[in-house]
Parts: sequence; C-alpha cells; structure tokens
Amino acid sequence: MITRLWSLIRKEFIQIVRDPRTLAITFFMPVVQMLLLGYSATNDVRNVPLAVWDQSRSAESRQLLDAYRAADYFRITHEVEGEAAIRDLIDQGSIRAAIIVPPDYAEALARGEVAQVAFVIDGSDPTIAGTALSAATLIGQARSTAIMAERLAARGQAGALRTAIDVRTQVLFNPDLISAYYMVPALVGLILQFLTIVLTSGAIVRERERGTIEQLIVTPIRSWELVVGKLTPYVFIAFFDSLEVLVVGRLLFDVPINGSLLLLLSLTALFLVTTLGLGLLISTLANTQQEATITSIFFNLPAIFLSGFFYPLAAMPPLLQWLSYLIPLRYFLVVVRGITLKGVGLEALWFEVVALAVFAVVIMGSAALRFRKRLD
Amino acid sequence: METRPVVLIEADGLYKAFGTTRAVDGVSLSVRAGEAFGLVGPDGAGKTTTLRLLVGALRADRGRVAVNGFDLASQVDQARTGIGYLAQRFSLYGDLTVVENLRFFGQVRGLSDAAVERRARELLDFVGLGGFEARRADRLSGGMKQKLGLACALIHEPRVLLLDEPTGGVDPVTRQDFWQLLIRVLGRGTAVIVTTPYMDEAARCHRIGFMAGGRVLVEGAPRELTHRLAGLVLELGAEPRNRARAIASQDPDVLDVQTFGDRLHLRVRAAAGVLERLPLALSAQGIVVERLRPVAPQLEDVFIALLQEHNRAAEAGLQ
Repeated sequence: MITRLWSLIRKEFIQIVRDPRTLAITFFMPVVQMLLLGYSATNDVRNVPLAVWDQSRSAESRQLLDAYRAADYFRITHEVEGEAAIRDLIDQGSIRAAIIVPPDYAEALARGEVAQVAFVIDGSDPTIAGTALSAATLIGQARSTAIMAERLAARGQAGALRTAIDVRTQVLFNPDLISAYYMVPALVGLILQFLTIVLTSGAIVRERERGTIEQLIVTPIRSWELVVGKLTPYVFIAFFDSLEVLVVGRLLFDVPINGSLLLLLSLTALFLVTTLGLGLLISTLANTQQEATITSIFFNLPAIFLSGFFYPLAAMPPLLQWLSYLIPLRYFLVVVRGITLKGVGLEALWFEVVALAVFAVVIMGSAALRFRKRLD
Repeated sequence: METRPVVLIEADGLYKAFGTTRAVDGVSLSVRAGEAFGLVGPDGAGKTTTLRLLVGALRADRGRVAVNGFDLASQVDQARTGIGYLAQRFSLYGDLTVVENLRFFGQVRGLSDAAVERRARELLDFVGLGGFEARRADRLSGGMKQKLGLACALIHEPRVLLLDEPTGGVDPVTRQDFWQLLIRVLGRGTAVIVTTPYMDEAARCHRIGFMAGGRVLVEGAPRELTHRLAGLVLELGAEPRNRARAIASQDPDVLDVQTFGDRLHLRVRAAAGVLERLPLALSAQGIVVERLRPVAPQLEDVFIALLQEHNRAAEAGLQ
C-alpha cells in the first residue's frame, strides 16, 4: 500500500517537473499577482490631479489654495480660466477635480458673509471621487474654522471658539491604512484556492483524457490511494506558495505577521482540504482538461468576489452576504487577515474554523464518494 | 496434482447497456491456458466494451467474470493480479521515460524494487526496447509504444492478457514482430484475448468469436468457421469485371459478390446451378470468362456472410 502510494506520488512529481510551463505558473504567479495587487490595486488615494480657476486672485484665495496644496490628497496640475476648460480637462482625464473660487471671494469674507467655493469632482471612479469629496470638504471646513478663529481673535475674543465635540480617532492594527497589509495576506487564500482547484482537477482529468486511467483501473490501486497520491504533490506546492507570498510580502511590502505562523499554517491545511476537495469534485464532473479548467474558473470568479477579497462583505446586499457564507474562502480570508494583521488566535476565529471544518468534511466527503476508479 | 484451472478466463452472460444501447448483450466466453482468443467484428460491435467488462474497468449490468478462478466482482484483487491489459488507445504516461513507465506499473502492482528492475530488464529485451530506456514514451514510434504497452501489461507476469486492437495503425513488419512476441507469451501458458480488425491476425488465433450488435454470433477455430462455407464460395475471373459483377449478382443462387484483387468471390446458396448457368450468361454478354471454380473460403467471406445475415435479421426484427 505504501509502495503503491509512494510510486503514485513520485510519478506525479516527475510529471509536474517535466511540465515547465505549469511549473513556472505555479511558482511565479503568486509573486506576479502580489506585485500587481501590492502596487496597482491600491485603494490609497493620493495626489488627485486638481485644476484651479481662481477668479478672486487675492491673498485670501491663495491661502485657501495653499490649504489644498498642503494636503497630499491633491496635486494642483492646471490653472484655468472658465468652466469649459475644466470640462475639457475632465473629459481628457487630465484632472479628476477642480476648484472654482468666485471673483467676490475675498470681499465676501471681508464683509463677514459666507463665501462660496465650488468643487467639481469626476465621479466616474467612485473610489477616487469618494476620497476627493471627503478630503475637499474637510480641507474647506478646516480653513473655515481657521478664518472664524481669526475673526474672533480680531474682536479680542480669542479662545471663545471651542469645538463642541472632539473626535479623536485611533486606527488599530494598520494605523497608516496601507492596503498591502490587508491585500497581501488575503492573496494567500486567493492563490491557494485558484491554484489548487485548477491544478488538481486538471491533473486528475488528464489521466482520463489521455486514457492512462484505463491502465490504472486494472491495477490493485484503491480509489482513495489514487486520490491521495494525486493530491499530495499539490499540498506541497500549496504550502510552498503560501510561504512564498508571506515571505515576499514581508520583504517587499513589510507586511507583518503578528500572530502565530504555526496556527496560520495549520488552518491553511484545513482550508486546503476544502479546495482540494473542490478540485476533486470538478474532476468527477469534467471529461477533458479544458472542461475542468473552465469549470474551475466558473467557480473561482464568483467565489473570489463573494469572499470579501476585493469588496467588503458588509457593503453587499443581504442576498449576496448570505451567499458568501457558502464560500470557504470567505472564512479563510478572515482567518489569514486576523492572524497576520490583528495577531489574533483561535479564541477569535473559532466560528471560521468550525465553518471551514464543516466545509472540509462535506466537500471532501462528497468528492471522495463521487470519485470512482471506473470508466462509467 | 494440478490445482490451477485450465480455463483461465471465463465470462458468463455479460450484459452492459449505455442508455438504451445494448453495447454488450449476453456475451459468454472461456479461454484456456496457452490459447489465443480473437474477438473480431465491425466497429461498434461491442469488442472494446467486452474487454473493459472482462478487466473490470466497467461494471457489468448482468453476468459474471472469473479470472484464474477468482470472481471479478467479489475477489477483485486476486482476479486483477492475474490480468494484464493493453487498452486500445496509447495509455501510458507520455512524459515518463520507457523505464519509468515500466517501474511505475511494476510498483503499483506491488512488485519489490528488485523484482521491478529484474522484470524491466527482461521485458525491455523481450520486446526489443533495450537501449531506449531513457526515451520519453511520447517520443517513441507507434510500434514501439505498443511494445512498451505490452511490456507494462506483462510486468507482473499475468496469466491472462487482454489486448484491445494492439496493432492498430502499426506497419506490417512491426505487426509481425508483435505477433511473434504474443506467440512466445502464449508458449508460457498465458491465455490471450485480442480484438483485431485484421483477418490475417484473426486467423492466427486458436479460436475466434465474431461479434456484431453486442453479441458473439459464432465462435470456433478459424478452420471450423471457414468450413461452414466449404463449397459455397466461387472464384470468378472475367473481363470486364464490372459488368461481370453486375450479371453475377443477378443469378438467383448468388447471395453476395465481393472483389478480391482482380477476382470476384461469389458466395452462393448452391454451387452446381451457378457453375452451369453463369458462364453461359456471361458469354452471351460478350464477357470473357477466365475461370469459375470453387475455392477455399477465407475468414473474410465468413464474416461478410455473418454480418449480412445479422443485418438482415436486425432489419427484420425492426419491422
């Protein structure tokens, strides 16, 4: 039995090593994905290009613009005359926002009236627009408070201006709100799911497609030996890729691992049982490698969106939130983000661990039941 | 005392349907040690399905198979120990080398490392692949692939060997080589079942089963089968051949006309009437008759006759 299992595993490793393209994808895909996600797919909005139409051209208007310049949310790239110019620049994509200071800005302030300033935002990208909107409002309010303080001081009432509520924020775990800290650990889950499902379903279906299964059937190999023999090499690859992501994430993006690495790897193993089970299940449904790949992708894409990898689950409609409970990756992302970022242990993750365990048993169990070492 | 059964593989009433198609419809056969049994028949006759039922790659809906005295359903491991199987398609690992394939199939059969190496050596010499150990299986020629397949099927010294069209798409010289190997395997007391589309290969078997529509229509030694048509096949040499063929087909006692090279083979209900009438009918049309005489029937004549009877019966059954 051990000989049979070992010979299967060894054969599978030889085949993996002799397939350089798959091998390259296996080891480089995690790093490439991490570079892409770490550098490009960031929600950190900085340096939004801003056009200025200053009709006031006064000391007061310059003070206001300096306030916008000082915050690194905006970068003043154009000085324009007229609304048409602003529209053109937005259409071309050269600017994302524009500030319009009316001609009577300084005079209105001097008279003690409310001075109006217009802020135009390109709403085509909601993430950028949202950040620009709140930043523009905040900077304006801060400037407004400063001007009121100056006025009161001029009347000899300095100190009369006190804020009623002082909200002191404290951001835990990721004080600088760096996206990479959130995304890179989750990438472990994403890559494990994608790679193991595609590779294992393909590897098993390949035996059927090339007809080698027919030769295996007449040997004394048991169905479970065939399953374990086929899956084992991919467990090693999956762990290698997980560590690769964590190490490269540490080196390139300083992504911390605040919790127990041992706990993370143990729960990774639990999650792997669900993804390997899905790969096995798909292999029982597909007749060709192409079918297996398409079925894998068909499952993977919705699963990734419903897992909370890109978009927070709390922001989704209730129906999608309910559906997300059917996605094992959802639980694993909570686990991996919790352990790396918050440094939490089992006591905070027990719900996710129980859910993953249930999925592991159900998925692997039904896949193993469906998998038959026969042609029909 | 000899305790081993002489009959090494025995099938009784095998039945397998795919949907509404009866792929195998009541096949029974038994093959003894040292005997080659040929399964022949048109495409879709159920030859491959029968073989797959015999090795347990498919589960039969009804019927039973015993290999080496072990029941394939209840004593599957003991039964399979005795089976060597070469599937119709090349079904070894193309990305493994010749010797890696042999080692793998030896190891999954539970052979010790020493036994695997010894058998691999012997079999590579036996099939003539010595010197190609390190070549990847998908870079072998068609004939060499089949020889490697045979070697892998023989690695555990099975007493029963099942081969599904082992010489399909292989050149005649290699086919000849392959049959020489099979004859040596038979000489060691192995029972062989082989499916083949080639009549010359079928003629090499000790016994033949002719399959159509999922059934074995007739079974027997090649000579027994051809004997059924003794005196009922006439050879006609006449020019122009096409017109001779048309006229011969119209004779009431001629059942069927086949072209064999530059001759025509007429299968007849009774020879005497045809031998009398046909030369006259042909001469009357200005056709030169070189010869018309009874010949020893070929297996091909027998199978065409059987197939036509079967098709006629099947059509009658539908109506």
